[in-house]
Amino acid sequence: MSTRLSSGGLYIDRSARKSFTFNGKRFEGYEGDTLASALLANDQMLMGRSFKYHRPRGVVASGAEEPNALFNMGRGRHFEPNQRATTTELFEGLEVASQNHWPSLEFDVGAINTKLSRFLPAGFYYKMFIHPRPLWKHVYEPFIRKSAGLGKAPSEKDASTYEHFYAFYDLVIVGGGIAGLAAAKTAAQTGQRILLIEQSAQWGGRALIDGGEVAGQPVDNFVEETLTFLKSKSNVTLRTRAMAAGVYDHGYLLAYERVSDHLPEAKGPRHRLWRIRTKKIIAGTGAIERPLPFAQNDVPGVVLASAARDYLAGYGVSIGDRTVIVTNNDDAYLTAIAVKNAGLDVVAVLDSRANGAGDLGQKVRDMGIRVEQGKGIAMVKGSKRVTGVSICSQAGEGAVLEGLDCDCVAMSGGWSPVVHLWSHCGGKLIWDDRQQHFKPDVNNYPKDASGNPLVWVIGAANGVMTASGCVVDGERCLEGASDAGTAAQPETHEESGVNPIEAVWMMPQGAGYALRSKAWLDFQNDVKVSDVQLAAQEGFHSVEHTKRYTTLGMATDQGKLSNINGLATLAGALNLPIPQVGTTTFRPPYTPISMGSIAGLARNEAFQPIRQTPMHQWHEDQDAYMEPVGQWRRPYCYPRGSETHAQAVEREINQTRNSLGLLDASTLGKLLVKGPDAAKFLDMLYTNMMSSLKVGKCRYGLMCSENGFLMDDGVVARLDEETFLCHTTSGGADHIHAHMEEWLQTEWWDWKVYVANLTEHYAQVAVVGPNARKTLEKLGGIDVSKESLGFMEWSEGKLGGFDARAFRISFSGELSYEIAVPANQGLAFWNTLLEAGEEFGVMPYGTEALHVMRAEKGFIMIGDETDGTVIPQDLGLNWAISKKKSDYLGKRAQEREHMVDTERWQLVGLETMDGSVLPDGAYAVEAGTNANGQRNTQGRVTSTYYSPTLSKGIAMGLVKHGPERMGDVIEFPKVDGAIVKAKIVDPVFYDKEGVKQNV
Amino acid sequence: MFDASTTYVSLEQDTSLGMITLRADLASDKLKKAINEIGLGDLPAQRQIVSSSELSLGWMSPDELMLFCASQNVADIVQTIADHLAGEHSLVVDVSDARAHFVLKGAHIREVIAKLAPVDLDPTQFDVGELRRTRFGQIAAAFWFSDQTTAHIICFRSVAAYMHEQLIRAAASGSEMGIWSEA
Repeated sequence: MSTRLSSGGLYIDRSARKSFTFNGKRFEGYEGDTLASALLANDQMLMGRSFKYHRPRGVVASGAEEPNALFNMGRGRHFEPNQRATTTELFEGLEVASQNHWPSLEFDVGAINTKLSRFLPAGFYYKMFIHPRPLWKHVYEPFIRKSAGLGKAPSEKDASTYEHFYAFYDLVIVGGGIAGLAAAKTAAQTGQRILLIEQSAQWGGRALIDGGEVAGQPVDNFVEETLTFLKSKSNVTLRTRAMAAGVYDHGYLLAYERVSDHLPEAKGPRHRLWRIRTKKIIAGTGAIERPLPFAQNDVPGVVLASAARDYLAGYGVSIGDRTVIVTNNDDAYLTAIAVKNAGLDVVAVLDSRANGAGDLGQKVRDMGIRVEQGKGIAMVKGSKRVTGVSICSQAGEGAVLEGLDCDCVAMSGGWSPVVHLWSHCGGKLIWDDRQQHFKPDVNNYPKDASGNPLVWVIGAANGVMTASGCVVDGERCLEGASDAGTAAQPETHEESGVNPIEAVWMMPQGAGYALRSKAWLDFQNDVKVSDVQLAAQEGFHSVEHTKRYTTLGMATDQGKLSNINGLATLAGALNLPIPQVGTTTFRPPYTPISMGSIAGLARNEAFQPIRQTPMHQWHEDQDAYMEPVGQWRRPYCYPRGSETHAQAVEREINQTRNSLGLLDASTLGKLLVKGPDAAKFLDMLYTNMMSSLKVGKCRYGLMCSENGFLMDDGVVARLDEETFLCHTTSGGADHIHAHMEEWLQTEWWDWKVYVANLTEHYAQVAVVGPNARKTLEKLGGIDVSKESLGFMEWSEGKLGGFDARAFRISFSGELSYEIAVPANQGLAFWNTLLEAGEEFGVMPYGTEALHVMRAEKGFIMIGDETDGTVIPQDLGLNWAISKKKSDYLGKRAQEREHMVDTERWQLVGLETMDGSVLPDGAYAVEAGTNANGQRNTQGRVTSTYYSPTLSKGIAMGLVKHGPERMGDVIEFPKVDGAIVKAKIVDPVFYDKEGVKQNV
Repeated sequence: MFDASTTYVSLEQDTSLGMITLRADLASDKLKKAINEIGLGDLPAQRQIVSSSELSLGWMSPDELMLFCASQNVADIVQTIADHLAGEHSLVVDVSDARAHFVLKGAHIREVIAKLAPVDLDPTQFDVGELRRTRFGQIAAAFWFSDQTTAHIICFRSVAAYMHEQLIRAAASGSEMGIWSEA
């Protein structure tokens, strides 16, 4: 029976009861309990099933390292799987359910796997499921997917909120134990900006549990006094429930603050991710106790010796009435003392060492506790609960000497420093043979940009295993963390009265297969001593390979309990010293952090920036169908009633071609280029001549990259002698702005040119169709007659009371004006146009109508006709390439052999023989196959639409020798195998003479 | 739970701020005279912003400043400066409509901004008189303080809705941290 004792419990408040449910059963705990301590207080030792063999599992640890006690927590929009009971603070109404079993925790069909474990060794899946090949996809994978995973995936959207916080410190101290507190106290006096974080809800760490004296006073006094001091310092920020998840280069540190996990009703974020830049990090992250590998060490009731003390002292909870302690070191004797002092029975202390413990051994004996030296556990008895152990000699093969009844086994295999933060950025480890663990090699520290220590370690994380040593190590943190990083390895002299730990990687050391195959290393992923040995035998000699083959340390606990035992087992199997085998890589995060915290505020309306034009809301109010254009959303079309998109597009085009349409063209890039050298600059940027453009006129221009490829296009208007307004594509505005600045800042830095991006300062409306002029004339103001504002001219002034600049340009082939007004006037101007155009049946048209109309005119579109490999010459745009200019960006590249190759595919129009619409991107085939056995091709479709104007499918494409082959019919196979025949025609399908736009 | 209805700093989008982009040689005497003429003293140093009761002038880059004024005065000021700079290579242009202006007020403005912008907002590192071009979440933005409890943020107008959404989230009541003031 695990139960709540009548007294004790540093962390709990017995006056504040909290009720919660476990698998639907109602339990009670106290404020300050973790879910684990509260379950134990209710005698709920069985907490889940293991991943592979579905073995019954209970809690084994008391902190972040816990591998077993994981739960589905909450419900609906507050559901989250894999919540660790040992770090989940109890709150009123908490709901949890155990994971990984069917139909119930008590009776689980999957547990048959444990009977089959002989047939499911390491690598089983790899070996079993590789043949026959087709079965993988259709049988094995669906089956494995169904049985894999611990918790359930949430089915509803998370209702909680999350946020980030950017923080900057001189020094971040991680770990609120006595080492971290001592370090903060020392560092605070330097006046540096300091953050001290602690992953749990309490300061003081486990020194409070074990008590004793540090710095000449009781531990609890030290903690309290230090905290009081730190709180008084304005340069120190203290934060509990904040876990340092990862250290990255350049002093970047992620800390994960669980703001309101314990207060689910509170307003505000659930988690907060601190994105910290710090000059220095001091890791006082403590150490984690290791289990001992003996047969059936995973039976519920087998716990770490330190966890047994934590539950007793921290929560007033006992794991069982009769405890057997099994250890290879002196520290576990503290558990014997604690259990005995709590009035419970210690059946025996089984110490693997022939010489037993030092002073603590004597103390335990004096308390009347039986101590067996040179002994260990041959096998734990029980399945869902420990019922006893059989004792053997550690030196032997496991012959049972005696059986002992008990309901708790407290084990200690020694302590491993938590070196994660040290290791994330490259700190090296050394093997401490005396303490039997890897610890930071302080001469090989993770470096900052100057080569100085970025991370320093103190206390147990540094291999200092005594409380008073931790405080001393913390106090002298600044020596080590100094620029020179010269502090020596901390002194870990043999303490007097303490006998050294013994290396025990299998108990008993000569255990046969039957015992080894029941001795767990990784509880969460069901990896046993025999599995690692098998991997070594099969040739997986690298620790990284063995890890992946056996899945050792790959579960959500990332092997906090299993790694060292696993690699020591591997070293034993390979007959190598442990340091030669080394560790696997320590990667962030230290413990899993929520996906929500990574996203932060970026969800729902704040998920990503959507760029909106001044008329955006109007489009949405019309239920326009919006499409992404870069980060803009633009109306694709404005369906009415039950119209399909195709019908809407057709209506919009017919209306525009026959009378009047409006396009929100505000997204077009508008770059102001000004200066004495502006004309010279634009001559270099565009393929055509811009310096000859007269003030008041507009010219269409092409921009190429240095490699000659067509990059952007648009209309340039000359505003005055030294000022040009360059229109770019919607998606190209920022890129072209940056392109201009790059050339001005790096190559032509002595040219007098300034560029300003005015894209968003203006709303721009295309007023298009035969009635465009009449509509604008109704508004009054700027003279828009043919005589005053001819084709490819611009003019400015008031238009219907708006500050307007009118460009007489056309991308549709119709009479067309583009009017720019200050963005704040955009919506009003749009509404004015709608009103004025009412008598002409005015309709807004979307981007699809825009595309179709430009294709009917044979106008190219950047991104359709171009793909980064197309040069203007491919598109029949030689007329826009100046022959007179000595240079422009791309000119030299366009003279290269490949660019002047007459075999380059050229732009043509394509007309299907049956009037159908060619599939976009379809290839035209020709005879024969290429070197790869693929069908030869001779062209491809770049734009293809149904043309309402011509009542048939039209397309443009790039075709080999295309312009010389007018009238030829070429074949485009479709995905379904059918072939579409299309005739090569002129790309201008509509009003080739340009009469309509020039009225 | 996120609740847009209450924020722990006040948030307002202000449409009355005029903005003028000014590109020129910042060492130019003509420029200094022009700036004096409109009522400001020295030009702002790198990453600084100088203010009078009606105007602010921020440093944007080694050859670019941004002038903030009442929107109805923009045309006159543009003309005044352009006249002073006649004959000198420069660009003075009204960009008032290109950007949105948000004003945050309250004791906690620093921590609200620090939830969105990767900037050290400790008073020893950022204070009145400084203008920072940075990002807020996923968009470019700039901000400055006109006093200890008033922050001004500008971003492009097309993403004003996104800026508003993230500001009300960052400032949602219940998410106080109490880093630079008691929560």
